Amino acid sequence: MSETTESTLRTTMAKALNLGMRRALTDDPKVLLMGEDIGSLGGVYRVTEGLKGDFGAHRVRDTPLGEAGIVGTAIGMAMRGYRPVCEIQFDGFTYPAFNQITTQLAKMHARSDGDVQVPVTIRIPSGGVIGSIEHHSESPEALFAHTAGVRIVTPSTPQDAYWMIQQSISSQDPVIFFEPKRRYWLRGQVDLLRPTSESPFTAHVVREGEELTLVAWGPLVPVALAVAEAAFEDGHSVEVVDLRSLSPIDFDTLEASVNRTGRMVVAHEAPVFGGLGAEIASRITDRCFYSLEAPVQRVGGYHLPYPPAGMEENYVPDLDRILDAVERAFAY
Amino acid sequence: MTPTENISGEPGTADPRDARATAGVGEHPATVECALPVVRLLDQDGRRLQDDRFGPWVEDLDDDAVAQIYRSMLRSRRLDEMATSLQRQGQMALWPPLRGQEAAQVGSARAVGERDFVFPSYREHAVILERGIPAGQMMSQFRGHKASSWKPSETRTHVYSLVLGSQVPHAVGYAMGIDQDRRLAEDAGEPAPAEEAVLVYFGDGSSTQGEVHESMVFAASYDAPVVFFVQNNQWAISVPFSTQSRVPLAARAAGYGFEGVRVDGNDPLAVLAVTRWAMAEARQGRGPVMIEAETFRLGAHTTADDPTKYRSTAEEQRWAARDPLLRTRALLEGEYGVGQQWFDELEEETTAWIKSTRTEILAGRPEDLEQRFDVAYAAEHPLVDEERQWYLDYQSSFLPDHDETPAGSAGHDAAQEDRA
Repeated sequence: MSETTESTLRTTMAKALNLGMRRALTDDPKVLLMGEDIGSLGGVYRVTEGLKGDFGAHRVRDTPLGEAGIVGTAIGMAMRGYRPVCEIQFDGFTYPAFNQITTQLAKMHARSDGDVQVPVTIRIPSGGVIGSIEHHSESPEALFAHTAGVRIVTPSTPQDAYWMIQQSISSQDPVIFFEPKRRYWLRGQVDLLRPTSESPFTAHVVREGEELTLVAWGPLVPVALAVAEAAFEDGHSVEVVDLRSLSPIDFDTLEASVNRTGRMVVAHEAPVFGGLGAEIASRITDRCFYSLEAPVQRVGGYHLPYPPAGMEENYVPDLDRILDAVERAFAY
Repeated sequence: MTPTENISGEPGTADPRDARATAGVGEHPATVECALPVVRLLDQDGRRLQDDRFGPWVEDLDDDAVAQIYRSMLRSRRLDEMATSLQRQGQMALWPPLRGQEAAQVGSARAVGERDFVFPSYREHAVILERGIPAGQMMSQFRGHKASSWKPSETRTHVYSLVLGSQVPHAVGYAMGIDQDRRLAEDAGEPAPAEEAVLVYFGDGSSTQGEVHESMVFAASYDAPVVFFVQNNQWAISVPFSTQSRVPLAARAAGYGFEGVRVDGNDPLAVLAVTRWAMAEARQGRGPVMIEAETFRLGAHTTADDPTKYRSTAEEQRWAARDPLLRTRALLEGEYGVGQQWFDELEEETTAWIKSTRTEILAGRPEDLEQRFDVAYAAEHPLVDEERQWYLDYQSSFLPDHDETPAGSAGHDAAQEDRA
């Protein structure tokens, strides 16, 4: 499955996550995994496959079926000095744990005036276009980005998946880790020796360009790269930024980019209304007002509950809809 | 109150199906058989009762130990009265009185060992005092001066939790961590760590929360060394216990696969005995255990509440006659021959303590909002840093008062110089 050289590996995002967690479990006996079906089955997406066998049922725990119980007990274990990594089976099942995440996990450090740290990582497979039934295709990042106290990251490549999961687990703050489930089988190079000093809470310019900054994260990064290629064929130079961290957002990298390009498009699967694109557009307008050639354009889901799978291709932004937003920005 | 008595205490007019008709009497109109004895070591007049199972757990108590229990209960009651007055005087937005629950709290807290960890709800003021948290400091949260009045890392006592039942899974997780510590030590060939257990408080209202149910399941599945201590004070604000449950809460424990014990929550010796037993069970890996302490909130839910709207004077009077302080005083007088002089001196000592505590409480001041920017996250956070600067810049845009240091003074001088 994996082609290995001395320090690099070509593998899928799911396998990279597995390797990242394996390394975290090996490096620190206080790391443990909790979730529904993550042990013997290896998770419904097999992301934790083999870990129970290698680390034991008490470090890779098949929990009772209750998301609030998973996150709530993880908070208690973190108070005891552990670093629990919780798996929520699907994005739409995060809500039973919403109370524990927003009123407890996010606020514990502040509620204890800085005395209690809760280094819990919550892995959530998220996003759509997998042809699944309701509550299996959502992108709830804005709900959590609005909540002070948690950090949110999402990788778009196996390389980032491998490193960012380890960095999330070692973070002293709780981290919500959105895994773009339709990219679990995306293959890429993983550098096993990359120094870990770089912060996971930074954005990466993944394609340089001169006339427009296209911001995306997680599942839409490969689409954004394809948009940039299509725009290039149309004679436009588009820079693509993989946001990586959704809370905090690396506005410095976005600002530097827009000050060069003068235009910005933000694309996400979540609904446009009240989405992270709104926050990015507003802050970038503040920071880059005199550099902007056009208002920041947003493209995302409509203000609807996520539709039945047969209609989802018209709901989630694809290459054409993002390109349309790019053209709107150039039309000013 | 008989099932046909109505809320005003008049017999014969109430609908027996009305939940209020059977509320607060310790009788549960269950449709299934689940009788559980209520453990009592003192009768209502403070005379000792025999209990072969739990009696031995407080055999070591001498007159001094009982006197200390009474002293703790009296101090928490007087502190509670003073806090209620502070709210009335505009010194505190809200206070949830504990009056009537002193025995349940002091008795259970005295069963906690040095290494054990406590997760309170938000009315456990007597527990907090027992945990050694200074009275002058414990109201700073309700005064709005601090997020928490004590540090869990120093007191082995978690912060108050206002989202009902939210602390229960944390207690279970912490207990799972104790269990895992033991396992990791074993794997590493190290000696087993000293025994520990967790005591978590919640109420009859919180018992309905889904998170409490999930906590019970997790605790049972992982054999967590945790004791669930339910103070059933009969009323969740205005909703009677019979709306929360048709069976004693302790009866639910069997459904999860562990033992539940019902105890007279106004009998401090029984509460102490049962909690000592339960904590020992948990420490020795035979947990979890649930304790339901049958008690009564003699006061309002909070200072914003009005119990006359939902419960009868007759019910309040009936429970007032079971006041845990009266019962413990009767024990001290009857069994140990403690005289009036001792009680007078204790009142005097307590009054002096309350006076100095009140002065200390009133001297407290909130920190500046800037402190909140330091605690939102454990690690450095660029957004919080940026917005801290917004705050400091805004605050420093005002001319300073002549006799007061402006809020956000840390960034003030520099900002003034910048403008100059």
